[in-house]
Formats: sequence, C-alpha cells, structure tokens
Amino acid sequence: MSIAQSLVGIVQQEMAKHGVTRLVSVLVRHGALAAVVPHALEFAWQAVTQDTPLAGARLDMEEVPVRLRCSSCGKEFSPEECDRLMLIPCPSCGEDLGHEVLEGKELYIENLEAE
Amino acid sequence: MQIPVVRNILEANDRIAEELRKRFAVQHILVLNLISSPGSGKTSTLERTLTDLKDEFKMAVIEGDLTTDNDARRVAATGAQAVQINTDGACHLDSGMVLDALASINTDGLDILFVENVGNLVCPAEFTVGEDHKVALLSVAEGDDKPEKYPLLFAEAAVMLLNKVDLLPYVDFDLDKATRHARALNKDIAVFPMSCRTKEGLPAWYDWLRAAVAAKKAKMRPVTD
Repeated sequence: MSIAQSLVGIVQQEMAKHGVTRLVSVLVRHGALAAVVPHALEFAWQAVTQDTPLAGARLDMEEVPVRLRCSSCGKEFSPEECDRLMLIPCPSCGEDLGHEVLEGKELYIENLEAE
Repeated sequence: MQIPVVRNILEANDRIAEELRKRFAVQHILVLNLISSPGSGKTSTLERTLTDLKDEFKMAVIEGDLTTDNDARRVAATGAQAVQINTDGACHLDSGMVLDALASINTDGLDILFVENVGNLVCPAEFTVGEDHKVALLSVAEGDDKPEKYPLLFAEAAVMLLNKVDLLPYVDFDLDKATRHARALNKDIAVFPMSCRTKEGLPAWYDWLRAAVAAKKAKMRPVTD
C-alpha cells in the first residue's frame, strides 16, 4: 500500500511537470528479489486511485530478472529457475555462495503514458 | 504521449533515510534495524542485550508495532529509553516514522539506537530507515527455509541471529542449511546461533555489537552506504 501511494505521488509530479491530465498507463519495473507482489500492488493501485483523476489508468509491471556475479570466478550470469534463487551454482566454476547481486533488487517507474 | 520517468518508487523514503544517516554519522550513533517474523524473539533479544550491556553503552529503542505499547514497556523496564511507534496497520516502519520518533529521544551520548521493526520478513527489507545495518532474526521453530523464502532480507542483513537454539533437539532445523542459504547472496553475513532463554551464544552477538560501535565511532565522515 505504501508503495502504491509513493507511486501515485511520483506519477502526479511527473504529469504536472509535463502538463498532462489524463493517465493512460504507468510501467513499473521490479526486481525479482524486490518485495513486490504484482497482484497485491495492482490491488493497492486500484484502491489508492479510486475516485481520483488517475482512476482507470493501467498499471503495467515488468519483472527484472536476477543477475549475479560469481564470488569466486567473477562470471556474470542469470539463474534459470526463478523460484529457486538461493544456492545457485555458477555455470562456470560451480561456486554457490556469496554471489553479488547485480540486478534484481530494483523498484522503479520506467515511464508513463498520458495525454 | 509517453513520458520517460525512471525514478525509484521509494525515493521519498530513501531521501529521509539519507538525512537520518547523516545525522547519526555526525553523532556516531550505531543504528540497527531489527527485522524478523512475529514471535521469533526481537523484544526478548533486546531485553537481554539492553540489560547485559547497560554498563557499557547508552542505548535507546524505537519500537514499531501495529497497535499496543507492550514492547516499549518491556524494553523500558530495562532502563533504556524506549519510544513506541504505532503504524496503525502498516506492515513496516518507514524513515518518516523514525524521524518523528527521534523527536522523543535524547540522543546525546547515545551509542546504539535499535529500531525494532514490525514483525514481517518482507516489507521491512524494502524500507530503509537510516540504519547502518539490518539485523535479521530467525528462530529455529520457524524452519530453516526462511532465508531461501525471503532472499532480500537475508541478502541485505549484516547479521543473522538464530534464536531459540535450545529448542533444536525438538525441531527439524538444519543450522548449516539456514546458514548456507543466508550466505548464498551475502558472503559476509555474521551468523550467531543463540537463545534468549538459556543465554547461550549471546556473548558472540555482544562482541559483534562492541566491534560495530567501535567502527562507528572511528568513522570521521558521514557514511553514504
């Protein structure tokens, strides 16, 4: 819910900045590791935009896959299976501990469509 | 028309957290964000820590709860300053709430500020409150799959406290598995198996706190993380 409220705040600022009044859609990109459940955010978005000028606008969400750098050999890779993010062996050397997360934690608004 | 934005959704929270971080850096206060599920022992761990280290450090606690001030009263009984934040339903603390709570705390000469977050392993991991470190607390009764299920928290935490190890003979909890999963995306995480009830393992946690306080005091410039 707080994420949806922050989202609305930024969308309103950007719309005012660009002199547009009707929001068609907004695209949010969220890392696979970020604590965002698309279905829940969609629900919260509808709740906070209800009876406001933003009501009816579409919330598009796109997941950013996890990208890791191996802690042992430095190889960059993306794990294949998204439901098992932990203890992923490096495809190059097999190391499964301490990988650095390069991508997959982000949570940002990519763009919005408005007129 | 399409308007490119590319703005972090939590930027407002992060901005206040950064202000808090600068303030804590100037005052050399170590700030720890304590995160766990409900019932794993955050308040008990604080009660022990505040009691056992009361002659060494000046400590204060910001307590986050949905409702009630039970935890703040328990913590205040140790003699430490305690301020309660009631989030009125919100499942995590944010940096604005911590900023407000700070108005009720005397931070002069404070060594450690503990922020006890709302019991939840998901959302608190997203909202930084100006802390130096996140401390993840997990009790063995909850199961050893938690680091695997909530990767963000365990990837971000500096410490994992494994509480209630006195129950190990009665539960199927694999310490090694939990530790390995916590280290998968966080090779430097410090892991301390402990029990608030029997006090075993607490000295290692206290040593970590002593080192972290010393490191914070040695820092001459604001930390930007």
